[in-house]
Amino acid sequence: MATITTSAAQQRSIEANLLTRKQRSLWQDAWWRLRRNKAAMLGLGIIALTAFLAIFAQVIAPYDPTAQDTKANNMDPFWVNSIYHSSKYVLGSDELGRDILSRLIWSTRISLIVGLVPTAIVFSIGVTLGLVAGYVGGWLDNLLMRFTDIIYAFPDLLFVIIIMATLRSTWLGDLMGGLVLIFVALAVVNWVGLARLVRGQVLSLKEKEFIEAARATGVPTKRILIRHLFPNALAPVIVSLAFAIPGAMLAESVLSFLGIGIRPPTATWGVMINEGFTVFSQSPWPVLLPAVCISIVMLAFTFLGDGLRDALDPRMKI
Amino acid sequence: MLQYTIRRLLLIIPTMFFVALITFALAHSAPGSPFEKNENRPLPQATIDRLNRLYNIDKPMPEQFVLFLGNAIRLDFGPSLTHDRAVTDIIGQGFPVSAQLGVQALLLSLAIALPLGVVSALKQNTVIDYGSLFFATVGYTIPSFVIAIFAIYIFAVNLRMLPIIGWGDIRHMILPTVILALGPAAVLTRITRASMLEAIRQDYVRTARSKGLREQVVIVTHVMKNAMIPVATIVGPVTAGLITGSFIIEQLFSVPGVGRLYVTSILGRDYPVIMATTLLYAFLIMIANITVDIVYGILDPRIKVGK
Repeated sequence: MATITTSAAQQRSIEANLLTRKQRSLWQDAWWRLRRNKAAMLGLGIIALTAFLAIFAQVIAPYDPTAQDTKANNMDPFWVNSIYHSSKYVLGSDELGRDILSRLIWSTRISLIVGLVPTAIVFSIGVTLGLVAGYVGGWLDNLLMRFTDIIYAFPDLLFVIIIMATLRSTWLGDLMGGLVLIFVALAVVNWVGLARLVRGQVLSLKEKEFIEAARATGVPTKRILIRHLFPNALAPVIVSLAFAIPGAMLAESVLSFLGIGIRPPTATWGVMINEGFTVFSQSPWPVLLPAVCISIVMLAFTFLGDGLRDALDPRMKI
Repeated sequence: MLQYTIRRLLLIIPTMFFVALITFALAHSAPGSPFEKNENRPLPQATIDRLNRLYNIDKPMPEQFVLFLGNAIRLDFGPSLTHDRAVTDIIGQGFPVSAQLGVQALLLSLAIALPLGVVSALKQNTVIDYGSLFFATVGYTIPSFVIAIFAIYIFAVNLRMLPIIGWGDIRHMILPTVILALGPAAVLTRITRASMLEAIRQDYVRTARSKGLREQVVIVTHVMKNAMIPVATIVGPVTAGLITGSFIIEQLFSVPGVGRLYVTSILGRDYPVIMATTLLYAFLIMIANITVDIVYGILDPRIKVGK
């Protein structure tokens, strides 16, 4: 069995190699794995482009998204073979003569805000309560679990729809054209799932030796929660947020499509589909184009989310 | 097991109570009376007062809630505010339609997902596998109302093969059923594939092979039987998804079910209908989840559900 015994020289070179190789943290490792995932990178690229369009909508969009041109309504996009074209509107115009391209571009802004703001709220509430409930336990944990049982009995969308429908005509529903109410509705419904996820993580982590060691050496509870438990529970949280953002965007589209989301004339993809749907069979493009945009953005987020999950936690399946 | 089942069934009562409380509080926090809708032709104050009295809206909120609960237990949700009929009647008429649509979609999604998931796991990293993964990703990602828009454009507007709206003969059911089934089918395909792959790598499968069982027997009795357990658990959330998916699809295709009734009652602020449909949905979802948990316990005796 001579092959197994390594010579002293070989042993030294392996050790030297180990010492000189740059240490990589979990996060660098994950980023390295994510970068090799082509679909995830494509998703990230599309999301970056969407964010770029959203931030610079004012400069990029050729026209005001709400300006009506009564002389050129229902124009077809340039590739459609018909007589209804206007050289001004590349992707055509809707029933009220508004430029579809500009409306599509401005919609990215609402989508991005609706994706990010409720998710940030959900993150801060969900992580805090999940950490505390999981670590401290007791009545707080009991209360959280009973509360989540109730929220789980509602399908998410059903609950969001009830909140939107009933509070729409209050002062809250009027803030920023219905945007604030969407934030509230989505945050109220979604923080529960994240809190439960973090709690589960903490329950399994707090039995581990490193937490016991921290406790034994007298690290204060607050510091254990923030410095020890939180970073170790972060990976699944990031994955769940990567799916929460498109979920929130989709909820906005569905609500606006049903007519209880963002108020017209603000341009969002859902509002565009809602407004165009009544004349869908005569002029399909004002509906089809935003539908295509929603599909592309949703696919981009799924690619990125799947990639993040594979990169951050190889044990997680599906 | 029996104790667990009873406990879960009893837990329905407080949960339903809180669902009712939350919905009730929300519905009644909306400003204005439901009878002040038409601003151009306002109802005389005396009429509004009489209507409020008729529907108990003049009473203080807690009393209204108690009255509501008392009636709801007897499945009496009063008359609808927009249709001149009892809420229970309207729901009773829409429910069979929604149930038919839901069951059809569930069966169709299982019929697509199980073979697809099993085959793609057995032929991992082949064209079939990539094809089914592509289907699963697209079906899971693209929302059903967007798929519905594309489907209506292709099959109803362009090809004129299928009617867009209505309900009755089989041609009306094709598009709503297929589109409603796509999302659940995609989720189930992903789960089936992943759980088959997990089961194939287990030691007992290698044992079964090494003792010379035929490949077919190994796959069917050892791999598939165990792989179906996680699939069974996901049927609960999938059913919930079918229910929420149904009201967008029913609205899009004008299917006269509970889903569309729910959306129109929301838009018309018909509170008795909103309350009744919400409670119905919450009840169905809880029953679906409990059934799945119990089935899970029976399928896999290692799971201690009682804890």
